[in-house]
Amino acid sequence: MISPRLTQKIAFSLLLLATLMVILPVAVVLFIIVKNGLPGISWEFLTQMPKSGMRAGGILPAIIGTFYLVLGAVVFALPLGVLAAIYLSEYSKDSWMSRLVRLAIINLAGVPSVVFGLFGLALFVGFFKFGASILAGSLTLGIMILPVIITSSREALDSVPKSFREVSLSLGSTKLQTIKYAVLPHALPGILTGTILGIGRAAGETAPILFTVAAFYLPRLPHSAFDQVMALPYHLYVLSTQVPNVDQKIRYGTALVLLTIVLLMNLIAIMIRSYFRGKKKW
Amino acid sequence: MVTPPIKISVQNLNAFFSTAPSLMNVDIDIEANQILSVIGPANSGKTTFLRCLNRLNDFTPTFKMTGRIALDNKDIYKEYDPVLLRRKVGIIFALPMPLPLTVFENVVYGLRRQYIKDKKILSEAAEKALKDAYLWEEVKDRLDEQAMKLSGGQQQRLCIARTLAVNPDVVLFDEPCSALDPISTAKIEEAMLKLKNHYTIVLVTNNTKQAARVGDKTAFFLMGRLVEMAETGRLFTAPQDKRTDDYISGRFG
Repeated sequence: MISPRLTQKIAFSLLLLATLMVILPVAVVLFIIVKNGLPGISWEFLTQMPKSGMRAGGILPAIIGTFYLVLGAVVFALPLGVLAAIYLSEYSKDSWMSRLVRLAIINLAGVPSVVFGLFGLALFVGFFKFGASILAGSLTLGIMILPVIITSSREALDSVPKSFREVSLSLGSTKLQTIKYAVLPHALPGILTGTILGIGRAAGETAPILFTVAAFYLPRLPHSAFDQVMALPYHLYVLSTQVPNVDQKIRYGTALVLLTIVLLMNLIAIMIRSYFRGKKKW
Repeated sequence: MVTPPIKISVQNLNAFFSTAPSLMNVDIDIEANQILSVIGPANSGKTTFLRCLNRLNDFTPTFKMTGRIALDNKDIYKEYDPVLLRRKVGIIFALPMPLPLTVFENVVYGLRRQYIKDKKILSEAAEKALKDAYLWEEVKDRLDEQAMKLSGGQQQRLCIARTLAVNPDVVLFDEPCSALDPISTAKIEEAMLKLKNHYTIVLVTNNTKQAARVGDKTAFFLMGRLVEMAETGRLFTAPQDKRTDDYISGRFG
């Protein structure tokens, strides 16, 4: 006969263990990357071109490349996503069409990123003849983060109380004015949070840029949107598997920079969310 | 005795949500510069009736209505743009619902949507509306504060001011005191009695005493039908229908 107390203890221990198992990998990954990468980080590393076949020098073109790609993706996906979300939340009636669109968005979110890469290669690089370029890569990444932006924007719009819309309409505002003045301002924090999470995802993905933009080794900054660039995730892949005899601290330094950018984005998103949650008064 | 002109005429109004009827064969004439109280138990269709008058039900996809509602002898569906109609027929909701803006911006919200930008016009309109809603003295130094910081009673009067600022002809009150204490309620009733000099008022209330206090006429709704409508004094002292008698004497509902 096992005492109930003992059963309790065993159950709690198991639950605690499971929780710790979640933290452990994160902690180990962070530890290894920081420990091995930190010695590689220096002002030169962040601001110099790579030298002698990427075995020395810095990673500036990859940082700048990632920055341009993310910027392009957001410029493309943010307006499109927010407008689509407004239509879906505020205008569309529950019809087979709107259900189809909703289904499409859910499926878009589930498409593996390498498929986005192939899609971008076929459509933007091939069909539209943008070539392997920042433009093609940005558009591909933009389509990839579109579901994130639409979903979070819709959640943000739906969380604005119905009464705000009713009050605004009852005061003789048009529907468009109601959305602009009584709904959108209060949904903005949520939309922003979703966008930043999308940015984090776009910055970290390798597969969508693999065929559409990423340069293996291009020790200069891009001249135009039709130029190829290096990008951090692909650069990391190249350093780790394609170039022999790369100093470990360069590899881990690159990983650390990428990880810092992505985590920083998530941190900013969390901060915006909690700031506005504190300010929210309804 | 001169009968006041008819402001709103409702003829054979039927309203449905999905297929369930919530109003059946309602005929009511609402006289100008009078307060019409609408009483009845829950689910009797009072609020639906009220929201028909400024077409606020239109935003509920399952809503359908038949019959004719005329404001100043013009059909509100055929001869008014809904946006312009709602500027003429304002509504105060049951719960105070200030928008998360300052006191001032709440009052001028409707005016700004009419592209009025002149600071002087807005300020004057806001002051007048707040005075009419008996709120000016309490908030004249707090116009730039968040409206959510006001007390519940003040918020509800702010909502009245906000509606008045648009300069409507008719003001609909949907149980405006249901969330308020007796003192705030008294202030709002006082405001309504003054307002009827300039506006036609329809007051939906669950509080029969309130209907008796402020209504010129009172209409009793039950299960989506208008049972009886009469001068308030007569309805409460000598109701013609037994169901009205039962309701106002508290035997059901």
